[in-house]
Amino acid sequence: MLRPFDVEHPYPGRLIIVEGIDGSGKSTQLQLLQKWLLNSGYRVFYTEWNSSALVNQAIKRGKKRNLLTPTTFSILHATDFADRLSHLIIPPLKAGMIVLADRYVYTAFSRDVVRGVHRQWVRNLYDFAVKPNLAFYFKVPIDISLNRILSARTKLKYHEAGMDLSLTDDINESFRMFQSKILEEYEEIAQEYKLVVVDATKPIKEQQTLMRHIVKENLLNYEPAPFLKKKENIYVQ
Amino acid sequence: MSSKKKTFFGVGLPYLDSKNLTGKLIVIEGTDGVGRSTQIENIKQWLEVKGYGVITTGWTRSPLMGKVIDEAKSGHTLNLNTYTLLYAADFADRFEHEIIPALKAGFIVLADRYIYTAFARSIIRGADPAWTRKVFGFALEPDVVFYMRINIEDLIPRVINSQTLTKRYWEEQAGEGIDYWESGMDLRLGEDFYDSFVEYQKRLLKEFEKMAKEFRFKVVDASRSFQETNRLLKQGILSALKNG
Repeated sequence: MLRPFDVEHPYPGRLIIVEGIDGSGKSTQLQLLQKWLLNSGYRVFYTEWNSSALVNQAIKRGKKRNLLTPTTFSILHATDFADRLSHLIIPPLKAGMIVLADRYVYTAFSRDVVRGVHRQWVRNLYDFAVKPNLAFYFKVPIDISLNRILSARTKLKYHEAGMDLSLTDDINESFRMFQSKILEEYEEIAQEYKLVVVDATKPIKEQQTLMRHIVKENLLNYEPAPFLKKKENIYVQ
Repeated sequence: MSSKKKTFFGVGLPYLDSKNLTGKLIVIEGTDGVGRSTQIENIKQWLEVKGYGVITTGWTRSPLMGKVIDEAKSGHTLNLNTYTLLYAADFADRFEHEIIPALKAGFIVLADRYIYTAFARSIIRGADPAWTRKVFGFALEPDVVFYMRINIEDLIPRVINSQTLTKRYWEEQAGEGIDYWESGMDLRLGEDFYDSFVEYQKRLLKEFEKMAKEFRFKVVDASRSFQETNRLLKQGILSALKNG
């Protein structure tokens, strides 16, 4: 039986997602893309990973007590995603909007495997997900991402640095080890799912130009849903 | 009690060594109102008198998830995937924090329901059976599964009697007890609570019958008296403990 993630989605909208480790600059790029799309008159819907209220509390509670096992952690995020998918991703896609997602299932594929779950299991877990029309992967060496994060704010977050995995006591070193492993997973994922790889060491504007070029091509045969075609419904900045 | 190596239901847990799980995982499955919990409480005492270390574990009772599930249900915002996944998260939490440590320590784990309940509930709500099974692929195969079989005619009078129904009504108001979702009310299978419950249970029983064959449940006739069913369960458990 083919599952949603194996096939092109049937909705009139478009799903464009970005992936990459913390400090890769993916969010900056997605926000710049949103500005451009809005300015070009498209209806855009922006959504982020791990933001629904349903299981946030359980995740927070678990993180605090450090009692989340890798499997529970993984399923909780999948639950959260399933909830957001049905409330925040599929409706705008049905309405014919362009959905921009900051992180998508590939985040779980990489992070959860590093935490110890089975590669195939976590892929199966998410096979109800809508397959993106475009998926960008922002590739960056670990030192650059670490520098970007440390210059933006002074402290690394406990989980972001994978401190719960007890790799080392030094939080910066833990971040390096944890994110390096995630990077390795992303490399495999990028090939397996044919993600569009963007060199995230390049200047911001250069990356954005490339991104816009690729998105523009993907939108050539894009037809907004009928009610979005009405002039008064089109957002013009 | 010997320690036959345990196997996983699916791909398993890469970070768990299943070699040293010397305890026994005994599952009692059966539909709502069939009397599982009463039997399990009795059997626990009986095994402890015999000198076995026993823990019991239920369904949707993990400290991490219990509240979340209640909240999600009361909001009625659950879709099919979230429904399956919430129960999977709850199970994973109990599986790794209760079941695995107990099996490592050589306990008998009496599970009041197991992944089969999740399969039945998700499948009658329209989930893809193959996906549902893969989600629970990290679980261990039990050493033995007893299925307390009852037909719908015998089940109805057990649930629809003044004591049970009154208790259910007040406990549900207090946020406890057998609730709305477990009666399948979310599926709107009938005009009212009764019709919906009957139709829901019929479908559940059908799924359990299919699984009983596929997973070789030890079927115990639960339409008999408590004593008689109890005797059959104890007999089954003794032989399971003997055969290692």
